[in-house]
Amino acid sequence: MEPKNIAVFVEGRGGRPKKPSLEALGEARRIAAALGGEVSAVAVGPGARALAPALPGASKFFIAEDACASGFIVGEAAAAITGAVRAAGADILLLAATALGREVAGAVAADLGTCVAADVIEIQAARGEMSVKRPVYAGKAVATARILRLPAVITLRPNLFAQAEGGSAPAQVEALPPAGGTSPARVIETIEPEQVRQDLSEADVIVSGGRGLKGPENFKLVEELASALGGVVGASRAVCDAGWRPHSDQVGQTGKTVSPRLYVACGISGAIQHLAGMSSSKCIVAINKDANAPIFQVADYGLVGDLFEVIPALVAELKKGG
Amino acid sequence: MKIIVCVKRVPHTAARIRPAQGSGGAPGRQIQTDGVEFTLSPYDEIALAEAARIKEKHGGEVIALSLGGDDSQTILRTALAMGADSGLHLRAPATVGLELDGFQVASAIAGALRGRPFDLLLFGRLAVDDQSSQVGTLTARLLEIPSVADVTRIELADGRARFHHLVEGRVEVVECPLPAAATAQKGLVEPKYPSIKQIMTAKKKPIESVDAQLPPAALEITAIEPPAPRKAGRIVGTGPAAAPELAAILRREAGL
Repeated sequence: MEPKNIAVFVEGRGGRPKKPSLEALGEARRIAAALGGEVSAVAVGPGARALAPALPGASKFFIAEDACASGFIVGEAAAAITGAVRAAGADILLLAATALGREVAGAVAADLGTCVAADVIEIQAARGEMSVKRPVYAGKAVATARILRLPAVITLRPNLFAQAEGGSAPAQVEALPPAGGTSPARVIETIEPEQVRQDLSEADVIVSGGRGLKGPENFKLVEELASALGGVVGASRAVCDAGWRPHSDQVGQTGKTVSPRLYVACGISGAIQHLAGMSSSKCIVAINKDANAPIFQVADYGLVGDLFEVIPALVAELKKGG
Repeated sequence: MKIIVCVKRVPHTAARIRPAQGSGGAPGRQIQTDGVEFTLSPYDEIALAEAARIKEKHGGEVIALSLGGDDSQTILRTALAMGADSGLHLRAPATVGLELDGFQVASAIAGALRGRPFDLLLFGRLAVDDQSSQVGTLTARLLEIPSVADVTRIELADGRARFHHLVEGRVEVVECPLPAAATAQKGLVEPKYPSIKQIMTAKKKPIESVDAQLPPAALEITAIEPPAPRKAGRIVGTGPAAAPELAAILRREAGL
């Protein structure tokens, strides 16, 4: 096995590549340098071309602006990405393990006759040998897996890999030919939420609340702390099952597995399935009135106290500024 | 309406996971299964409940499909108690759940379904052991039918389906003809635990067992190990008096 060239699927937001995609591009550069290969990027949708100046290290940039015109259709995105992998002669396709990246990775893998190495936290690539590490059982264990055939499709867990940075010549843009035939699926409606929220798996800072908040109305405390820290609100399974928060907020083995730079657990005791979903966060802070709560066993910093007193005090301190 | 629901047998989410030892002190490739309770993967329960709801409304038949060793039949019985009419067991050398890669599993399912027409193919959005979220989308692509992942609502009418799912914080409604596939997200429907009567009835429902046709592996697990231990933390203090110090830590760690 001689992996060499790497393609990266880039997702855009507001005309810029998303941070997890830049992380995938950064990792692609690192591996390509070790293997003596080239890095290509691929994006789909009407906003694809605008991303071209912001892809450090990519020598070619494949775009399919006609795909996913109505909204995200996995088959249309996959056909374009598969086309780019073939056009680039890529041996490895990297994608960010975002909701969209995970979905499209499966479809591209089918086209390429392989599986997805999903939610990978480390890649070891050398001539003749390539392996990945990935959490299983929501992080209760870590599996090492050898890649047995190329091209390989790998999704990378957000917030763990260094972003591609620095100046380089802008990528050479190549429009992919439109995929043959019309897709049988289309987006017929987009329902705008009251507030567009960042997906938890991509967030840098997460402030989560649990049963210790005693009721859904008290989540405003968690929202205030999250807002003061520039973060996103998460929740434990107990409060999502109770209907206090939407299921999309749930962190844990049956919700989202997250690795933010800062995870603050407020009133969460730390059931094993919750710990599994967040214990790979870089820094964990726990606030709980029970000093024996299991959450303190994984926390870097703990505060034992009543969150109804502690959170307002923290918010007041943070608002004072540095 | 013929609905196929793919289900997987997994360790309970409350289970402690202990990697097995390999020979000569090397890490093992499996987990220890003694004392571990296995259940139906929670998202698969949602898919089953949705299939039962659709059948109630539109009529038809629900078939639960599971791939694995003989223990898969236990999980199929649970699925039958939760509303499936019959079971389809794809026999494969996989007793714990991580032995086969996503392409092998999807190929086996697609192969088994090629001769069996259906309208809707449902999966859970992920299995809580492997957590790859790939088999549903991969299978649909191999079968060349449309798919939508992480759906929170399914509407069926006139041979077409509408699937709601979250994309970049907004709900997108995807419409496509049947047959189609979807993976179930929480919020779709609340699974109901089976009654004693349903459990008894399930014992009489048929399970067909066939050998899974597996392509060669693309990914091979060489080790399963405990996660790297976190370094010991410290309690900053008690009550609001400790807030100034913790606020300084939060500000630093959040990169403010």
